[in-house]
Amino acid sequence: MTQQQQTAGGDVRLAGISKTYGSFTAVHPLDLTVPQGSFFALLGASGCGKTTTLRMIAGLEEATTGTVFLGDKDITDLPPYKRPVNTVFQSYALFPHLDITENVAFGLRRRGIKSVKKQVDDMLELVQLGDFARRKPHQLSGGQQQRVAVARALINHPQVLLLDEPLGALDLKLRRQMQLELKRIQTEVGITFVHVTHDQEEAMTMADTVAVMNGGRVEQLGAPADLYENPRTTFVANFLGTSNLIGGEIVSTGENLVVAAGGGKLALPRERCSASSTAAGGRLLLGIRPEKISLAHADDADDIPAGRNRVTGRITDSSFIGVSTQYVVESPAGTALQVYEQNIERDTRLVPGAEVVLHWNPAHTFGLDAAQDIDAGATSVEDAE
Amino acid sequence: MSVTEAPPAPPAEPEEPRKLTLRKPSTRKRLVPYWLLLPGILWLVVFFALPLVYQASTSVQTGSLEQGFEVTWHFQTYVDALREYYPQFIRSLLYAGTATILCLLLGYPLAYLIAFKAGRWRNLVLVLVIAPFFTSFLIRTLAWKTILADGGAVVDVLNTLHVLDVTSWLGWTESNRVLATPMAVVCGLTYNFLPFMILPLYTSLERIDGRLHEAAGDLYATPATTFRKVTFPLSMPGVVSGTLLTFIPASGDYVNAELLGSTDTKMVGSVIQSQFLRVLDYPTAAALSFILMAIVLLMVTFYIRRSGTEDLV
Repeated sequence: MTQQQQTAGGDVRLAGISKTYGSFTAVHPLDLTVPQGSFFALLGASGCGKTTTLRMIAGLEEATTGTVFLGDKDITDLPPYKRPVNTVFQSYALFPHLDITENVAFGLRRRGIKSVKKQVDDMLELVQLGDFARRKPHQLSGGQQQRVAVARALINHPQVLLLDEPLGALDLKLRRQMQLELKRIQTEVGITFVHVTHDQEEAMTMADTVAVMNGGRVEQLGAPADLYENPRTTFVANFLGTSNLIGGEIVSTGENLVVAAGGGKLALPRERCSASSTAAGGRLLLGIRPEKISLAHADDADDIPAGRNRVTGRITDSSFIGVSTQYVVESPAGTALQVYEQNIERDTRLVPGAEVVLHWNPAHTFGLDAAQDIDAGATSVEDAE
Repeated sequence: MSVTEAPPAPPAEPEEPRKLTLRKPSTRKRLVPYWLLLPGILWLVVFFALPLVYQASTSVQTGSLEQGFEVTWHFQTYVDALREYYPQFIRSLLYAGTATILCLLLGYPLAYLIAFKAGRWRNLVLVLVIAPFFTSFLIRTLAWKTILADGGAVVDVLNTLHVLDVTSWLGWTESNRVLATPMAVVCGLTYNFLPFMILPLYTSLERIDGRLHEAAGDLYATPATTFRKVTFPLSMPGVVSGTLLTFIPASGDYVNAELLGSTDTKMVGSVIQSQFLRVLDYPTAAALSFILMAIVLLMVTFYIRRSGTEDLV
């Protein structure tokens, strides 16, 4: 397979697109632009409207309002078979009565291309299934079927490839492998990929841009690292990884905001606060990622450098997971603060019941508007890894 | 392109360290399947296999009712029967074939509708398909006598539309009559066997994953192409079993020919019936039965081979 250059194309642009079923709104009016050639992930828990959005791009679902543009072309009213877009379905939806070659050749044949052999062989080579050309789908493993589904869609050189949780049915190891493989294919062919997933790790590994969806709306959109470091809502903070959120009151403003929380004072950079009001006296949610926190035994509290945020507490639980140890700490600032410590030098005193001091660089703290559910997104994480 | 890794090999079966033996199933357990088979086999032996052997022997007997019949290996009966009644054979296959095609043409859209479009009405429509079975076969067929009666509404309409002129010209009907013509018999057969076509069709259509239709549409297939390339091939098991369930009983049927037809529309079933019950020529009747069975078996075997549905299921 040689490098595929995009001949015609353009961005996928959704303008005010929405979908309602009766009185239920699956997708609220949504504006979204997927730049050409990017790997874009729609991330959210089940029922958040991500798949519906994808299906509206594919034409499998009719938008209630709004317009779908592909480049400058309005494709809102085109039936799926007229859209230069292909889908990799969650269940793969391979044709059981056709062998792998015919499955992959299906789209080419429908467009009247007679000599498909070379292209099919190349495509099967790309997904490393050359030896399986004459098998039937049911004779393949889940991972192989998944790659056939990718090949069947990619062979048409769509302007956009839509992936509807294509890795959901695979086991963890295979999923990791397929993630890398899909990323490799995307880089190789340069087609726009729109990937729907509920697996935040998958979204972050693969995508250039992630749109986190919740309740039919996009909560936040950005590069994976940006989303992770600067979540703007509690949902994003909790859904994308884990966050410790601590409620507090702003006591002084300046370059750093100082917040009274849990009986102490915690600082955070003003520019990392997304709350609407940062006036003194206002309430705020402070966020800190578990791996950014260091843990010191209470006896060593004096060794902690000055200028760091500190919270005292007591370990209630610890679990050793090899590369790191995860602690749950009870403190005035929160009953279940999560702390991940790399297992470099393990302090044997850090066991459940031990009095500890949590400390971290104030620059790693982010601030969120206090007027939201502090647990949003925390319970709906389906990622069981 | 860069090949990163070979496709994942299926996880190797872990080597069993100890001979952890599956306990040998006890003799009793091994016999269970046979015990379960027994009632069915007994039934078939008593009511199918034995009568079949009996019929076979009858077909090569000679004699008369008064002097009694005995086995004389008189195979000439077969030749004579075929020679005398071949028009009825041809007619049977023709009528049954036509009725089967009509059933397929009528049944497929209906089965498709029930499987994909009926939604919450699905069960109701299915019940309606089976509903005629609540009335006896004979009564239903007799009802068609009234429906197709001379001067009845159906005949009148067909007459006004000059349909009967065409069908009479084709030899299906006779001079403004539908009753007692081939068309009446085929209508009766089609009506009576339609549910046997619809139900297997429905079952196989209903099993088709709706996402395959979406996938085909996504891959540039128009709805018509999707039907031709995906839906119809996947429903082939239903088409095959439906046509068999219609054609086989229809080719041996005599009720429709008796009640709706005339002497000119007699099917082989009627001949067998009258040979057994009126003429009392048992060897000929038995020979006719075997010939019919052989013909149908041959045709069905050929048909199944040709349609190649073995690996579809």
